[in-house]
Amino acid sequence: MDAFIELDGVEKVFDVRRRTGFLRRERRQVRAVDGLSFTVARGEIVGYIGPNGAGKSTTIKMLTGILTPSGGRLRVAGIDPARERTRLAHRIGVVFGQRTTLWWDLPLIDSYRLAHRMYRIPDARYRENLDRLVELLDLESLLEVPVRQLSLGQRMRGDIAAALLHDPEVLYLDEPTIGLDVVSKARVREFLGELNTERGTTVLLTTHDLQDIERLCSRVMVIDHGRMMYDGPLAGLHEAGESERTLVVDLERELPPIDVGPAARVVRVEGPRQWLAFPASESAAPLVARIAAEHPLVDLSVREPDIEAVIGRMYADRETVVPGARNS
Amino acid sequence: MGSVRLYAAVAAGSFRRYATYRAATAAGVFTNTVFGLILVYTYLALWDERPQLGGYDQAQAVTYVWLGQALFATLALQGGGFEAELMERIRTGAVAIDLYRPADLQLWWFAADLGRSFFQLLGRGVIPFAFGALVFPSALPSDPWLWLRFLLALLLAMVVSFGIRFLVALSGFWLLDGTGALQLLMVSGMFCTGMALPLNAFPEPLGGIVRALPWSAMLQMPADLLMGETGALRTYAFQAGWAVVLLVLGRMVQVAATRRVVVQGG
Ligand SMILES: Nc1ncnc2c1ncn2[C@@H]1O[C@H](COP(=O)(O)OP(=O)(O)OP(=O)(O)O)[C@@H](O)[C@H]1O
Ligand SMILES: [Mg+2]
Repeated sequence: MDAFIELDGVEKVFDVRRRTGFLRRERRQVRAVDGLSFTVARGEIVGYIGPNGAGKSTTIKMLTGILTPSGGRLRVAGIDPARERTRLAHRIGVVFGQRTTLWWDLPLIDSYRLAHRMYRIPDARYRENLDRLVELLDLESLLEVPVRQLSLGQRMRGDIAAALLHDPEVLYLDEPTIGLDVVSKARVREFLGELNTERGTTVLLTTHDLQDIERLCSRVMVIDHGRMMYDGPLAGLHEAGESERTLVVDLERELPPIDVGPAARVVRVEGPRQWLAFPASESAAPLVARIAAEHPLVDLSVREPDIEAVIGRMYADRETVVPGARNS
Repeated sequence: MGSVRLYAAVAAGSFRRYATYRAATAAGVFTNTVFGLILVYTYLALWDERPQLGGYDQAQAVTYVWLGQALFATLALQGGGFEAELMERIRTGAVAIDLYRPADLQLWWFAADLGRSFFQLLGRGVIPFAFGALVFPSALPSDPWLWLRFLLALLLAMVVSFGIRFLVALSGFWLLDGTGALQLLMVSGMFCTGMALPLNAFPEPLGGIVRALPWSAMLQMPADLLMGETGALRTYAFQAGWAVVLLVLGRMVQVAATRRVVVQGG
């Protein structure tokens, strides 16, 4: 496979100076990224997650070349981003969800015209890409609207289009769905999925919304304290987190917690309704059969493991790991 | 060639952006006119006491006032251009966006500031200037070539003004809180550009020192050129000299800043 993004032991240490008293300052070092290694192949769509302060944004900044790593080796398309930031800029697209690249006081279209000049996009290609993006992201009626008058979701769609006009080979998204409503989120996700399958654009997606990951990414990387905690398929995350599915049963009447052997355990009772947890890797069929045979069952439903809970457990575990005394 | 079009687009966009601030422009025109009136009457009283102060007669002193009001926003004589915005972007980390673009930070902001200057020359400068010239005695030349030479000096003044403010803005990479730097810019702009009193009228040796500083390239020298007090070549040489020094310095600071840059915020 063609490794498009390559990190090898990348580190980023920030020097933080803090006032501790009158004219007294304390110097402290923050290891935002601590020996991070991974590769992303061309055409992959990878979720990049971790708790607040894990080092995700720092990694993205290093990948765009606006931050220089303190150590290790980093290459994007064979280029060292910090050294050849401008050359690389023509090949990457970036969306920072919390900021905008658009021209605040001017109509949206002005920002696109500027991108046309900035990335030296040939006229025909520019027009073609603009038409396509305007259609896919439903921007037609917004082109003449000043950016400051756009809603958050509209602005985000505008920003995504701006990042893609020059046909970047890779798109970095730092929380692109932050603050969006359900409909806008779905639209952005759908668009990113299409972009990846149809154009083969490599996508690195940072988010706190795990549904983004579930919908889009076959591979997920979890980092914490600047270190890689997990890198693999989304499904594997359930195993890594020992996740459970939940069977919700409605019985004919209020009963004490039902006994179904070691296959599952009741975690909650509320009137005639009971919640049973069982391993996500097991089939629900034998369990359902047994309950139906032994108890007055009225209705039931199965809830998939909550990936949020899985990852929450991972983050929490991390805090309690004592070096040399790991128990798993 | 491609980059000329890019920076032209940046300047044009910036021009249009300032054109959308209609209320601010109207308020600015009003303020500059009122300030002009106050200064004119003050100067007239002062020149009654000290005729030929700084080598100006009364008409020249009045013209100098209105020129100052017309160029106040155009040359951001006391700040008010891109610098506060750039500093804010450095402080909040939004400068990350400026940095990863395939464009040069200095040229980008220079183009944006030029666009702003041109808008404010037309939008905020022309009315107070015309008002002053019509209502009060004036020392404006009738030679169209002299006006042309003045416009070139004005362009160079824009470059010098940008050069100073770019350095102030970049200090944000080290200071993080730009309020002090912006205040310094305002105060230095008030005295060293000659907004308060023409630099010619400063007592020596202070006058000699201030006239050698880059601020005098902004209002004082173009004014003297327009009113026939000094020659074009001398003016251009002085302005261009400072423009080069400031731009090169700005470039060096930019390289240092982006090398050690710590982009703020998530
Ligand atoms: N400019 C900076 N100066 C000092 N420390 C910084 C700086 N930028 C980031 N950090 C620190 O580096 C660590 C990683 O920050 P980063 O912004 O990469 O986190 P993140 O994973 O993006 O978090 P979030 O999910 O909250 O956006 C944090 O501990 C943060 O405090
Ligand atoms: Mg972040």
